[in-house]
Amino acid sequence: MAESVHTQSRRTQTDETNEDAILELAEVRKRFGNETAVADSTLTVYEGELLTLLGPSGCGKTTTLRLIAGLERPDTGVVRIDGEAVAGDGTFVPPQGRDVGVVFQNFALFPHLTAAENVAFGLDDWNAVERERRVDELLELVGLSEYADSKPRELSGGQQQRVALARSLAPEPEILLLDEPFSNLDVDLRVEMREEVRRILKQAGVTGVSVTHDQEEALSISDRVAVMANGRIEQVGTPQEVFQHPRSRFVAGFLGDASFVPGYVTGDIVETPLGRIGRDRLYGLAPEYDYTRIDVLVRPDDVLAQATDTANADGRITYRRYLGPTVLYRVELDSGETVGAMHNHSDQLSLDTPVTVDLAAAHELAWFPTEN
Amino acid sequence: MVTDTNEPADRASTAQDARPLGLTLLSGAIAAAMVFPLSWLLVRAAEVDAARAFGIVFRARNFEITLNSLVLMGSVTVLSVLIAVPLAVLTVRTDLPYRRFWTVVVALPLALPSYIGAFAFVSVFRPRGVVQSWLEPFGVQELPSIYGLPGAIVIITLYTYPYVYITTRAALKGFDGSLVDAALTLEQSRWAAFRRVTLPQIQPAIAAGALLVALYAVSDFGTPAFLQAEVFTRQIYLEHRSLGGAHYAAFLSLQLVAITLLILSVESRIRGNEPLYTDSASSGTGSRIRLGRWKWPATMACGLLGFVTLVLPVLIYAHWLFTVQTTRAETFAFSPIHALNSVGVSAVAAVVAAALALPVAYLAARHPNRLSWAFERVTYVGFAVPGIVIGLALVFFGANYGTFSVGGYSLGDTTLRTVELSVYQSIPILVFAYVVRFMPQAVGATRTSVLQVNPKLTEAAATLGKEPISAFRSVTLPLIAPGVVAGAALVFLTTMKELPATLLLRPTGFETLVTRIWAAESAAVYGQAAIPALILIVVSGCSMVIILKQEDYDG
Repeated sequence: MAESVHTQSRRTQTDETNEDAILELAEVRKRFGNETAVADSTLTVYEGELLTLLGPSGCGKTTTLRLIAGLERPDTGVVRIDGEAVAGDGTFVPPQGRDVGVVFQNFALFPHLTAAENVAFGLDDWNAVERERRVDELLELVGLSEYADSKPRELSGGQQQRVALARSLAPEPEILLLDEPFSNLDVDLRVEMREEVRRILKQAGVTGVSVTHDQEEALSISDRVAVMANGRIEQVGTPQEVFQHPRSRFVAGFLGDASFVPGYVTGDIVETPLGRIGRDRLYGLAPEYDYTRIDVLVRPDDVLAQATDTANADGRITYRRYLGPTVLYRVELDSGETVGAMHNHSDQLSLDTPVTVDLAAAHELAWFPTEN
Repeated sequence: MVTDTNEPADRASTAQDARPLGLTLLSGAIAAAMVFPLSWLLVRAAEVDAARAFGIVFRARNFEITLNSLVLMGSVTVLSVLIAVPLAVLTVRTDLPYRRFWTVVVALPLALPSYIGAFAFVSVFRPRGVVQSWLEPFGVQELPSIYGLPGAIVIITLYTYPYVYITTRAALKGFDGSLVDAALTLEQSRWAAFRRVTLPQIQPAIAAGALLVALYAVSDFGTPAFLQAEVFTRQIYLEHRSLGGAHYAAFLSLQLVAITLLILSVESRIRGNEPLYTDSASSGTGSRIRLGRWKWPATMACGLLGFVTLVLPVLIYAHWLFTVQTTRAETFAFSPIHALNSVGVSAVAAVVAAALALPVAYLAARHPNRLSWAFERVTYVGFAVPGIVIGLALVFFGANYGTFSVGGYSLGDTTLRTVELSVYQSIPILVFAYVVRFMPQAVGATRTSVLQVNPKLTEAAATLGKEPISAFRSVTLPLIAPGVVAGAALVFLTTMKELPATLLLRPTGFETLVTRIWAAESAAVYGQAAIPALILIVVSGCSMVIILKQEDYDG
């Protein structure tokens, strides 16, 4: 629990008066019966960015999205769009009054309308000429001009998603919400659509808030990532920040394969089973941690294992998974911990091989105080 | 009441319309109007003092009638399930030849009022009837009597089993056939796969259909009347016609209603309220069962059923059409006005029922809570109450408020443009009776179609700036329109053949197809029923085909 107590310098969260803030959630809470879906979440989204809510299923990310859209009403807290309270503070603006577009998980295309009619759906109060131009423009943006008259069931999954995207962008919303936008697509299409959606959002200049449980997706398309667990926002930052400097063990583990090796801080040196590490290589290790035990986060690509004889070995290979371009090994250290090591596919180490383990990473390492 | 424990994302209700007050009030008012007629039965029954009431209910004659009614209901229900479920499996999941054709054929008897069959069979199988005269040369002096309870059970079953067939077929079609394939790959036999995978999935549908059959069987007036089976409906009519029988008729009606309410309470316990929409685009059809050498016996069975229920009555009426009867009476002659009257009142009833069903069904499907559930249930009371009872209740009502002032109100008919409008035996009260009676069909069809619309679509419309009313009009309504139309078509179809309420409430001189058939039977001039009956068969058949088309069946 108390993993985030140590101080690390972070990009500080906004002050209230930030001019660029387009969406703010302040202490927002939502319960369903006895279950707390969202617990006192505070979040600020800036104009033009794409922020992804990332977390395991049931962490409250979709509820957060629905609270922003106005599809749920918060129990407490305030939601502000462009500085105006849309929920809480005694007001509640329904979805139709919020200027927020939503791309639903199953796309929710109207089955009785064509692609063009779906896109035109939110443009009732535009005049006919402008509406037609806007529909053409958006269908072109998503590359579906020739499918204007197709019904949703005649379109492939990727095409349906493009229509959904065009439909939600048509009324020029201030914020576009995307609920697990790629989960209904085939794996190949998923990677392609990620790039495509990011391009479309940037081209349209809209602020995006997306929800996913796929860390690779979150890291690859987002400007910033908000990692959620148990209804709480654990950490918000750029993909590099949250990946390299996770604020909690949960965040570290959720964003990628994470191993922890024990270390003992003595002056400029941290002693670990992987050898001595310079103190300067540990990100933000404060003086008060001198002569204490810490856990150092190592990811498989930070670690290099080399075959050796039993006498010089740090541990043994206990697991080997061939992934094509790379091979993932797990090494059980003599001290008892297990660390992952990612090697090029040409490397061949068989199970039970005695190995030395070295830290090959050039970047700063993350660490956590040892739990008792 | 089941509480919604789904993920928030799957909730049907959304924040901005959690409490649709206007819709709830409207729905409540409609529900109240539907139970209104029943209250007059209670008013009339309450006029009887306790001792006499006790004497009426606890006499041997009453027990006999009750027992007969229950036997009729139980037998028809069991027989219907035994006929309908195999037929549904046969026409949905096997390689039966010409499945589309047989699907229509085995569903079609639903369109025919059972008394059309009863009348046809009585006219030829009665003692000293046509069939016996044919058989006389072979030494047959007496046929087994068609009259009485057994005859009624057989004939009602032949025309009501399609209720189970249709619900079961729909469940089988909606059911993911690849689940059966999965069971087969898990080394289950065909029968075991059916029993362990298919049956649990379609059981609610079978039960729902069986409930309809039970209700229909115990409510049916025409067939027991023609076959002289001593059940509630026939006795109520006889008591109503007899001098001073009104009180006993009221008590018989209340007993009958008690039975039908009991059926409904059982049904409500088995019925799920889960949404029917699926997020996945398609459900697999799975592999078909190969009938092999059973192919032709199965086809023969379907053919025989179709022959007995459909072809035979038509042949019999055709026979009467071309048989010159000596006792021809002009008063029984057929006129096209009768058909127009039937179509007219049925169409009005269908439109009114569909319009009233919409708010009730929408509220129940989208905002499932105690209140909306209660309102929807209340509209089903109209179905629980047999036509003869609704007719009787409205007769009691009309006797109290026989006329009232409607100054200046015009129905476009000169005879009605009087200051004093007779409510008892008028077109409006007749239509009202039909609507009360058949409203559940409209509510059921509409509710199902609302459940099939993913609530995310409404949310999507809201996020695109549509107000709830506008979202309903542009998204929900077009998507549920086929269901609403199907519901209206069902009401139309059943109103066309409605007999007891029509008999009790029609304005004097207002003749429809069914009243002509009734009159012909009473006077034993069977030939005069031929044209109305044949018209009714054709019109009903057309409606049935429309309904089957509605549900987009692809064989």
